[in-house]
Amino acid sequence: MNKKEQKPLSLDLPRELLRKMYTTMVTIRIFEERVASLIAPKKEITTPCHLYIGQESVATGVCMALKKEDYVYSTHRSHGHYIAKGGDLKRLMAELYCKKTGCSRGKGGSMHIAAPEIGLPGSSAIVGGTIPISVGTALAFSIQSRDNVSVAFFGDGAAHEGVFYESLNFASLKKLPVVFVCENNLYCTHLPITSCLADPEIYKKAQIFHMPGVRIDGNDVVKVYKTTRKAVEDARRGKGPTLIECLTYRWLGHVGPSDDLDKGLRSKEELDCWVKKCPIRRMKKTLLKHGIITENEIDKIETKIRAEVEEAVAFARSSPYPDESDLLYGIFS
Amino acid sequence: MRTISFAKAINEALHQIIATDKQAFLIGQGITSPWYVGTTTVGLIGRFGPKRVIDTPTSENCITGVALGAALAGMHPIICFPRMDFMYLAMDQLANHMANWCYMFGGQLNVPMVVWAIINRGGEQAAQHSQALQAVFSHIPGVKVVMPSTPYDAKGLLIASVQDGNPVVYIDDRWLYEKEGHVPEEHYSVPIGKGVVRREGKDITVVATSYLVHEALKAADNLSNVGIDVEIVDLLSVKPLDEKLLFKSVEKTNRLVVVDGGWIHFGLAAEIAARVSETCLFKLLKAPVMRVALPNAPAPASSALEKVYYPNAGSIVSAVKKSLEKRN
Ligand SMILES: Cc1ncc(C[n+]2csc(CCOP(=O)(O)OP(=O)(O)O)c2C)c(N)n1
Ligand SMILES: [Mg+2]
Repeated sequence: MNKKEQKPLSLDLPRELLRKMYTTMVTIRIFEERVASLIAPKKEITTPCHLYIGQESVATGVCMALKKEDYVYSTHRSHGHYIAKGGDLKRLMAELYCKKTGCSRGKGGSMHIAAPEIGLPGSSAIVGGTIPISVGTALAFSIQSRDNVSVAFFGDGAAHEGVFYESLNFASLKKLPVVFVCENNLYCTHLPITSCLADPEIYKKAQIFHMPGVRIDGNDVVKVYKTTRKAVEDARRGKGPTLIECLTYRWLGHVGPSDDLDKGLRSKEELDCWVKKCPIRRMKKTLLKHGIITENEIDKIETKIRAEVEEAVAFARSSPYPDESDLLYGIFS
Repeated sequence: MRTISFAKAINEALHQIIATDKQAFLIGQGITSPWYVGTTTVGLIGRFGPKRVIDTPTSENCITGVALGAALAGMHPIICFPRMDFMYLAMDQLANHMANWCYMFGGQLNVPMVVWAIINRGGEQAAQHSQALQAVFSHIPGVKVVMPSTPYDAKGLLIASVQDGNPVVYIDDRWLYEKEGHVPEEHYSVPIGKGVVRREGKDITVVATSYLVHEALKAADNLSNVGIDVEIVDLLSVKPLDEKLLFKSVEKTNRLVVVDGGWIHFGLAAEIAARVSETCLFKLLKAPVMRVALPNAPAPASSALEKVYYPNAGSIVSAVKKSLEKRN
């Protein structure tokens, strides 16, 4: 596995797309690092945040293979999906400040973000909660004869829930245009995957339901993109769902900005090993090597993103909190 | 007198239960985690091992059925839900199976099972990580529901729940975990179905449970400064409800404010109000029964809204004052 992962990224893709992938991953990273600093020591953000650092390539590779009209559903670890799908940074940051200008108007916080305008109808903090919902959206697409696909992002923890299996079955049975993207970061809160799943190879569950299932290196953004592209093409052509298991790793603890190493749940060696496999650094190296991007351009991109993130922070800070009268607003439409 | 925290009282109860009852075991997601259930399960896995302290996959419905099956084989499982919100995933096993099992078979089979349900809210966690579902579970026949408010009752009611021999939903609130109080070291139980008067008073009865008992006590102190003498009834058990204690207090004060940490409509407060109105006590009431509970909205994330969402001493003070202004 290790060898395979170090394989250079294959680059038979348009330059612009590759650069966009890189930019998106860096945006997620810089955004999340800034959020981490605002949780501690700053304490400006207090809604519980499950940060996406280390997994940027998954959301990015998947979303780059989608159209704006395709839907994605997210989880408690939601920021990366939102950014990769093209969500507005200001409104996301404002939601993390639980302000009225947030993408859920301060009602949802970090675990409940939505951006219907870019095909993100919501994220749920209930493990596995959005898997059947994405299948339902795919059902609608098929009834409406729309040329769209629906994507379910979920973690390895969702493979503990019965609804995951029921959803695979129903989607495959009805040949629905849905892509199941399992972000296997090897942990479910405090427990390693081997303490939770009798068979930790999640992609194999697809076989049982007669649908394609693959396990890929989730830190290889190009691989994630190409695998998703194939799954999406199949879905659009009526060939039904695919399960993509992306092996990846969260650098930080389950929730919040600390690496949790002091809690004894994982080893420093393990973390270091995954930090070495940083999806962004890897992409950067390859792009530089092939002259797709220059150091100078990279600096410019980073500077620009940092400015955008700061703008988002300023926007969030200066935004008003919801009014008391908003409490009972929005229960029904 | 030894004083320990609410969380420590639960921890001590769990240690004593598992040590003394060979059939008891603890199962649930997060019970070996350093943060998931606070400090309530500290030392259990090390002392009793993974056969009696079983951390599980995120498979709520399955694990609830598993606990039920173990209970039917004579064991005394305690299943932990680190947040009540996740019990919705286990509703089938809880409501269709666990709750009905005894009655469906003519009372032949008992289900000695404790469902430990933790309310964990505030801190901008929003709608799916904040719910207090005592009314939902109290609505289901075949389930008892307890809600301790002090460290003493936290320990005694947990032990009583295990000894009860029936499905008991034991609901605690993380907002209580730091509260200190007297807790005897020995193994003891607090009777299910019995409340206590936390404060005697003559002007008005405030009925509360769980953390709101403490808010009611603060409110009562505040109100005593303006000459209002509040009696506080802590139910401890939501179901069965200690009607005798409740009625006795209302008979004395002729006024009632019901305080609940769940939603106001169709909830626990409504039930208590109904119990009083159904009896001839309603003739004694000098003012309509008032409810203090969560507004009819899911929990919002924003702390600006959380501040107005959760009832507290202030909301109890206002309700008491309103009740005293009103006359039937
Ligand atoms: C139904 C349900 N049970 C338990 C939880 C508590 N919980 C929150 S996140 C989480 C871990 C999920 O792990 P995974 O799906 O692998 O996602 P990751 O956090 O690794 O991204 C758990 C168990 C929950 N949110 N929902
Ligand atoms: Mg995981």
